[in-house]
Amino acid sequence: MLIFERSHPGRRNAAQTPHHAATASGIPTALLRQDKPLLPEASEMDVVRHYTGLSQKNFSIDTHFYPLGSCTMKYNPRACNTLAMLPNFLARHPLAPEATGQGVLACLYDLQEILKDVTGMAGVSLMPMAGAQGEFAGIAMIRAYHDARGDKTRSEIIVPDAAHGTNPATAVMCGYTVKEIPTDANGDVDLDALRAAVGPQTAGLMLTNPSTLGVFEKRITDIQKIIHDAGGLLYYDGANLNAILGKVKPGDMGFDVIHMNLHKTFSTPHGGGGPGAGAVGVAQRLLPFLPLPVVAKEGDAYRCLTEKDLPQSIGHLSAFSGNIGILLRAYVYARMLGAEGMHRVAEFATLNANYLMAELHKAGFTVAFPQRRASHEFIVSMKPLKDATGISAMDVAKRLLDKGFHPPTTYFPMLVPECLLIEPTETESKETLDAFVSAMKEIRDEAQATPELVKGAPHTMPVRRLDDVKAARELDLAWKPSAHVS
Amino acid sequence: MPFIPHTEQDIQAMLTSIGATNIDELFDEIPAALKSGKLSAIGDGLNEMQIARLMHERAAQDVQPLNFIGAGAYEHHIPAAVWEIATRGEYYTAYTPYQAEASQGTLQTLYEYQTMIASLTGMDASNASLYDGASGLAEAILMAVRSHKSSRRVLLPASVSPLYRSVARSIVRLQNIELVEIPFDTATGTTDLNALQQHAGSDIAALIIPQPNFFGALEDVDALADWAHAQGALAIGLVNPISLALLKAPGNWGAKGADIAVGDGQPLGAPLSSGGPYFGFMCCKQALVRQMPGRIIGRTVDLNGKPGFTLTLQAREQHIRRAKATSNICSNQGLMVAAATIHMALLGSDGLRRAAAASHANTQALAVQASGVPGVKRLFSAPHFHEMVLHLPKSSAKVLVSMADQGISGGYDLKPHYPQLGNAILVCATETKTNEDIQRYVAALRHALH
Repeated sequence: MLIFERSHPGRRNAAQTPHHAATASGIPTALLRQDKPLLPEASEMDVVRHYTGLSQKNFSIDTHFYPLGSCTMKYNPRACNTLAMLPNFLARHPLAPEATGQGVLACLYDLQEILKDVTGMAGVSLMPMAGAQGEFAGIAMIRAYHDARGDKTRSEIIVPDAAHGTNPATAVMCGYTVKEIPTDANGDVDLDALRAAVGPQTAGLMLTNPSTLGVFEKRITDIQKIIHDAGGLLYYDGANLNAILGKVKPGDMGFDVIHMNLHKTFSTPHGGGGPGAGAVGVAQRLLPFLPLPVVAKEGDAYRCLTEKDLPQSIGHLSAFSGNIGILLRAYVYARMLGAEGMHRVAEFATLNANYLMAELHKAGFTVAFPQRRASHEFIVSMKPLKDATGISAMDVAKRLLDKGFHPPTTYFPMLVPECLLIEPTETESKETLDAFVSAMKEIRDEAQATPELVKGAPHTMPVRRLDDVKAARELDLAWKPSAHVS
Repeated sequence: MPFIPHTEQDIQAMLTSIGATNIDELFDEIPAALKSGKLSAIGDGLNEMQIARLMHERAAQDVQPLNFIGAGAYEHHIPAAVWEIATRGEYYTAYTPYQAEASQGTLQTLYEYQTMIASLTGMDASNASLYDGASGLAEAILMAVRSHKSSRRVLLPASVSPLYRSVARSIVRLQNIELVEIPFDTATGTTDLNALQQHAGSDIAALIIPQPNFFGALEDVDALADWAHAQGALAIGLVNPISLALLKAPGNWGAKGADIAVGDGQPLGAPLSSGGPYFGFMCCKQALVRQMPGRIIGRTVDLNGKPGFTLTLQAREQHIRRAKATSNICSNQGLMVAAATIHMALLGSDGLRRAAAASHANTQALAVQASGVPGVKRLFSAPHFHEMVLHLPKSSAKVLVSMADQGISGGYDLKPHYPQLGNAILVCATETKTNEDIQRYVAALRHALH
């Protein structure tokens, strides 16, 4: 039932709204609204029951194991939420004087320093509001760098075929064309193809390391040299930073610019699709181009740098200062981990991934790169199962829901057929991983014995499989009062 | 270790299964020369008690003055239930709803949001939100240029927030799009129609129409939308969602209605929080739906014919289309939208109107009383909504500092962005302000000017 169907004309919440009359003076009639917007008329209790009930239809980290590859669904500590929502933090207007924000600015400054340290970069801006906006900032800085040098021939960004879709889409938003290069049989970048691809037109390479195939790019030093020798810059897509946190720094690998998904590595909530936070870090030569504002410390005071301080900045990407409430959560998390805890993140994320990969491999599942170490994630292919029983990776994913597990990422990366990309994260226990292996084995048995059961999954969710074709062909994007809904 | 549940026995059993002797061995594919040493900027981990003390100390430094600044972020009352429900773990810790069957809560909430915001703006369809209003404006400009066959020029009035214009420039300039500034009439504070008329007959992709504009002044939206359409350009409404409880919806502007409506959803349940997280909303006419960036939720049916909700029109998006996507966006501000949906459901149409009307009345009362201070006058003659410009007889920067010393954020100084207006400040008194607050404001202003 939709909230609109709980609506009763005339019902209102007097305690939550001003006593003032619902009319305004001094506005010409021609500019006034004549119709009533379609908002519910429901009591507070109706509303609370409705949205509490809806929330219970979700899988979430707080309720289920969520091994979604490339998404780092680790536990989101409650203290991060509580402490980011202290009343003074919430009440501050973004344009209030900086003197009234020294507490929040101190947190942001400290977070910049922590992120610089952990990534080995010379400077950090916390402003991008999501990973994709961080990518935009990064590539825009690469372009600003070449432009500032009068190097106008560089028109191309190189992207491996295993990359996230945001990489090529970002390059295009920054006015570049995209050159895609293949991956070799070991899951590494094909170096010969890379050598053949670079030239005076190369603005840079976007690389995820460990890659989306769940392996560390061993020849990163060679790649770095090829790109830099061609005059290009090296971009680190931080989607998989959790795998190397405290182990190896992107700056030490030779990357010039990096974005970090704080909603992955630094445990800020995903919130059903955002808000995220996509901080960017840069090497020395890109410092002048950082997006604004950047927080500076002068004596004991903190202030936001402006265009006057950074005249070559790529500019502002949000009206004010990014997703500050999310940045506060990341800061609390980082301080709770401390230096020691930071080192342990990658270690235990990697231990969990390799253990889960070993156990699934032993159970007879097809691991995509058995000769390699898993990073914090790995790929299992369901192709043998599909060939034998007709049960696809999608069927397995849906059946996992019935077993009480959120499925891994399916059909990404596209290079491995019928793939499941599995990322357990460091916060899951051995018992949970063992239970997941058992569920996978059960499903494989069901695929042999009762394939219809698996093909028809899920059976225990609020809905069964949805008709996506109908959703796209007969668009229904907003409820209409006349429509009948059960 | 914080948030890592492994016991020593677990670790040993897991290493045995893997066939490794220690955890370090699992990193043997990383060249030894690259491995990093100690971290120096982080310090020892703090437990919950220690971090709580630190954060409370930091928050205590940020005691907030009585606030009369709006300028794109508005202090409205947020019902207690909004964040109680939105921070339930099932909303707070869920991912983007790719697995629709296990995400019906988030998906239905977003569908209800799309319904509410599309109705408020009077448009056919909404996406599931963008990052914020300013980046949303940039996306609307890109969308207009994509759908226009020939032009890459967009008219952007100077009466649009300078902060928004700056963001739009940062985001669209790399795609060879020309943003043309249209001046405002310094008497009315609204877009200068004569200056606009100079662009008549040229090839234009879109005109941005802010309502209310940055000064709180109300534009002649019917005339502006009709003018845009007469040039073959799209009309993009940039609106405050609270104002739409009272003001004509963009979908009804002029003969044909605006084509796209965007804005910041902050007034719908997002705390000020120094600037974020907020969310951007974007709505459009049916014909433009496939050009819209961002997540879109559709209603469909399951195998049994039961209604359900799913991400739809994904063929527009980066994970499918890669370099040919409508945008690189792959998230929305889901949690903020969940809060906004609960906020709108609690207030309803009547509550939203009351919040808007009370804010408008408070700002009017503030203007009347402040104008009684010698030398202070309202700057623009156009009708306004819930925000307005005051002209001061002394340095606006100094007056605001003096008011800050008296515990009052007296307004937003327009001088850095609009030096031609002299000592002008933008003020806003929302429904959260009492008569006593307004009197305090006027007394502080009087003192500052003394």
